[in-house]
Amino acid sequence: MISYPRWKIALVAIVVVFGIFLALPNLFGEENALQLARDRAAVQASDRTGIEELLKSKGVTPSGAFLDQGRLTLRFSSKQDQLKARDLIAEARPNQFTIALSQASRVPEWMRNLGLNPLKLGLDLRGGVYLVYQVDVQGAVRQQLDHREQDFRASLRNARVPYQDVQVDYPADRVRVLFRDSDSLAKGKAAILSDNRNLNLTETVVGSSPALELKLTPQEIKERQDYAVQQNIIILRNRLNSPELAVSEPQVAREGVDRIAIQLPGLQNSAEVKKILGKTATLEFRMVDETNNPLEAAATGRAPLGSKLYYTREKQPVLLKRDVVVTGDQLTDASFQPNTQDGPAVSVSLDSRGAAKMLRNTQENIGHLMAVVFIDRSREKNAQGVDVDRVTEEVINRATIRGVFSNNFQITGVNPIEGRELALLLRAGGLAAPLSAVEERAIGPSLGQDNIDKGVNAMVFGMLAAFVFMAIYYKVFGLIADVVLVANVVLLTAFLSLVGAALTLPGIAAVVLTVGMAVDANILIYERIREELRNGVSPRAAITAGFDRAFSAIFDSNVTAAIAGLVLWLFGAGAVRGFAVVLVLGIATSMFTSVMGSRALVQVIYGGKRKVERLSI
Amino acid sequence: MEFFHKVTRFPFMNTRKVWYGLSAALILASLGLVVVRGLNLGVDFTGGVVVETNFPQAPNIEQLRAALSRSGVPAAQVQAFGSSRDILVRLPPDPSVKGEQIGARILEVFKTVDANAKLLRTEVVGPQVGQELFVKGGWAMVATLALILVYVLLRFTPKLALGAIFAVLHDPICVVGFFASTQMTFDLTAIAAILAVIGYSLNDTVIVFDRVRERARAARRLPIAQVIDESINQTLSRTLMTKLVTLLVVVALLIFGGETLHGFSAALVIGILAGTYSSIYISAALALDLGLQTDDLLERKLTKPEEIDGLP
Repeated sequence: MISYPRWKIALVAIVVVFGIFLALPNLFGEENALQLARDRAAVQASDRTGIEELLKSKGVTPSGAFLDQGRLTLRFSSKQDQLKARDLIAEARPNQFTIALSQASRVPEWMRNLGLNPLKLGLDLRGGVYLVYQVDVQGAVRQQLDHREQDFRASLRNARVPYQDVQVDYPADRVRVLFRDSDSLAKGKAAILSDNRNLNLTETVVGSSPALELKLTPQEIKERQDYAVQQNIIILRNRLNSPELAVSEPQVAREGVDRIAIQLPGLQNSAEVKKILGKTATLEFRMVDETNNPLEAAATGRAPLGSKLYYTREKQPVLLKRDVVVTGDQLTDASFQPNTQDGPAVSVSLDSRGAAKMLRNTQENIGHLMAVVFIDRSREKNAQGVDVDRVTEEVINRATIRGVFSNNFQITGVNPIEGRELALLLRAGGLAAPLSAVEERAIGPSLGQDNIDKGVNAMVFGMLAAFVFMAIYYKVFGLIADVVLVANVVLLTAFLSLVGAALTLPGIAAVVLTVGMAVDANILIYERIREELRNGVSPRAAITAGFDRAFSAIFDSNVTAAIAGLVLWLFGAGAVRGFAVVLVLGIATSMFTSVMGSRALVQVIYGGKRKVERLSI
Repeated sequence: MEFFHKVTRFPFMNTRKVWYGLSAALILASLGLVVVRGLNLGVDFTGGVVVETNFPQAPNIEQLRAALSRSGVPAAQVQAFGSSRDILVRLPPDPSVKGEQIGARILEVFKTVDANAKLLRTEVVGPQVGQELFVKGGWAMVATLALILVYVLLRFTPKLALGAIFAVLHDPICVVGFFASTQMTFDLTAIAAILAVIGYSLNDTVIVFDRVRERARAARRLPIAQVIDESINQTLSRTLMTKLVTLLVVVALLIFGGETLHGFSAALVIGILAGTYSSIYISAALALDLGLQTDDLLERKLTKPEEIDGLP
């Protein structure tokens, strides 16, 4: 009898059964589906029942439905049903959902509820758009300094403290306030500190003037940059979830220090998405300067003190007060109202700070004109290829304040198309820092299918070749190796499905390579057994020695391959990372299956016999 | 079935000068090719635009090229990709070109030649990103080699580790030389392939070393050169068999994997061939010439410091 602990055989059996179970969802295939998302809210179970009833009543019964991460997926057995259902839902529940056409697996609901999902396919296999945005983190720091400058000026003005100048120095990351004498410096410091707590102001001398200095520490700069990237990610997510863009399963992730990678499966044309994603629109509310003549200011190009020259859509000059009443970041919600008394309008809600300011302003200024300035920053490349920020500031609306209002009001004077876009951009928030696209890859669906076919072909033929070779060369042991190889692929699929790693074409290549590695381990063991047999060792002892002695070589060789895989994982991007993930996981599963798995099988086949005369190897 | 009925007795160590010469020639040729012809770097590294299109019938490439230059698409490289019906257009990095527009624009031009042209893939990589990816790829290779060196140092002796690293360096150089000579596109997947090759090739070397160590401990009297020869011969069937099966699989990738995996699988084939050669002929031989002794491979004599301290 060859001895091998029972519990190890049991362990192998349990792991394999578990692996088969986890890999099961991959057998069901895919169907046409609709994916419904709500803007800034999750789709509720009640929505689901409502929509299912609606579709049933119209004779378009979905073949399956599930809610996942706030999105409702409905499956249909035919393309016609899918399209018909989309129109039905859009008609019955206008403007409630983003409806995206997609594909969904036929996995039964109980399996999905257990957390079992099929393998995700990478963009190169299913088609889609991959975008990498660079966040201008320096710009984010600059913005913060600019805000400080404005705050300081406002505090000093309100406290009526005379000052010479407020200077922002970007490369040095500091703001300096210059005073005439130390008396006003002390007053100014008190005024600034009473408005802005927790500021670390230092006193210094610039030229001959006493000055206050605020310098950002490296830590503060890093925090600000992190904040900008995180905030942009949130905003990009919000924008991608909006009904204006029908995208299914968008993925937004930080990449490195200052980049954001976006995956949009199934999307073909990135132009529309990029247009909305890169925008940094915001609003400002300012009072109109009614005492000076804007035409005069436009002619001379100089605005009177305390005012700033703007233009309307129609290129009419307007003078607005420098003091901003409310800025876009105090906005909490915005929605587009196509039909109000005054035509299309954007209805706006403010947070408490904005509401308080708006209340005070409207109380003081009844009968006066207030203007809405639309600020659109977009980043473009100029003819020299340098990124330039183009800022468009337009007065989109001027209206007389007729009553007192605070947190809810409407902006009229927008046209229907831009009203919709404005509402979306306002709601999703302004980007914390400008973005520019640095990498973009789009893969068409036919190429994706083609890649799947090729990958599967390569895998099938590669494995078949290995199988046949092993069976011929090592006979029964070769067949054991083949069984073990299949188990390896099943386990690998199970693992990948479980961790939710996306399978890419290089990933398939890695699966094929892993098969090579697993074969390698088996060959090491078998060659060792043959060697022992040649040395005249009994079959029993040869098996034990073969497995035991080959182990250190298998272990060493797999560790080195795993090191290469891990480095790829850490350094690689996109498709290469897909390769590395599969390679590393595959090394783990192939070690397990070819060492423990084949040992257990050998035990099952030869272990029961009292005396083993010959080995079929 | 069995190809190796008896353990072979090839005199690897006595003939090692010949194999060194062959390796040196390969390395010099590879480096020379890289210097003279350079690598055909892919869009991943150079930055720029790649647009892949598909035609129902094989188009006339000259006609496409002419149509592009007429419509003012600058400096476009047009070539067949895989089949004659798949056409790849490559543009150098041009900051004024916008990714989402260039694909559509090229398709538009191609549609004037054949109305059924389809857009398969667009890739736009900024020059900055390209350079970063290249540097990152280089660092990945350095990091892999360094980590593997550390591992082999821990598991074996410094001399074997150095032998292994030289042998391992040999393989990616050959692969890069192959890319330079064929002018196949060298991109991120090629780097991935090279890293896999490094892992693989070391795999063989480690197995030979493992056997050398085992044999050296069992037969302390034998001269180390003979131990190495025996070890390589004993592991020869395994080395060749595993590489044969791996090659079978990789060749399947090369044949069926399509154009996207072509460079990747070609790199693997060359790397596996080079790796097999270097782990049989070079790595252990180098260790021998670095002065490997049987003593280096024996179990470490453990001298525990606390015991020494504990003595009166």
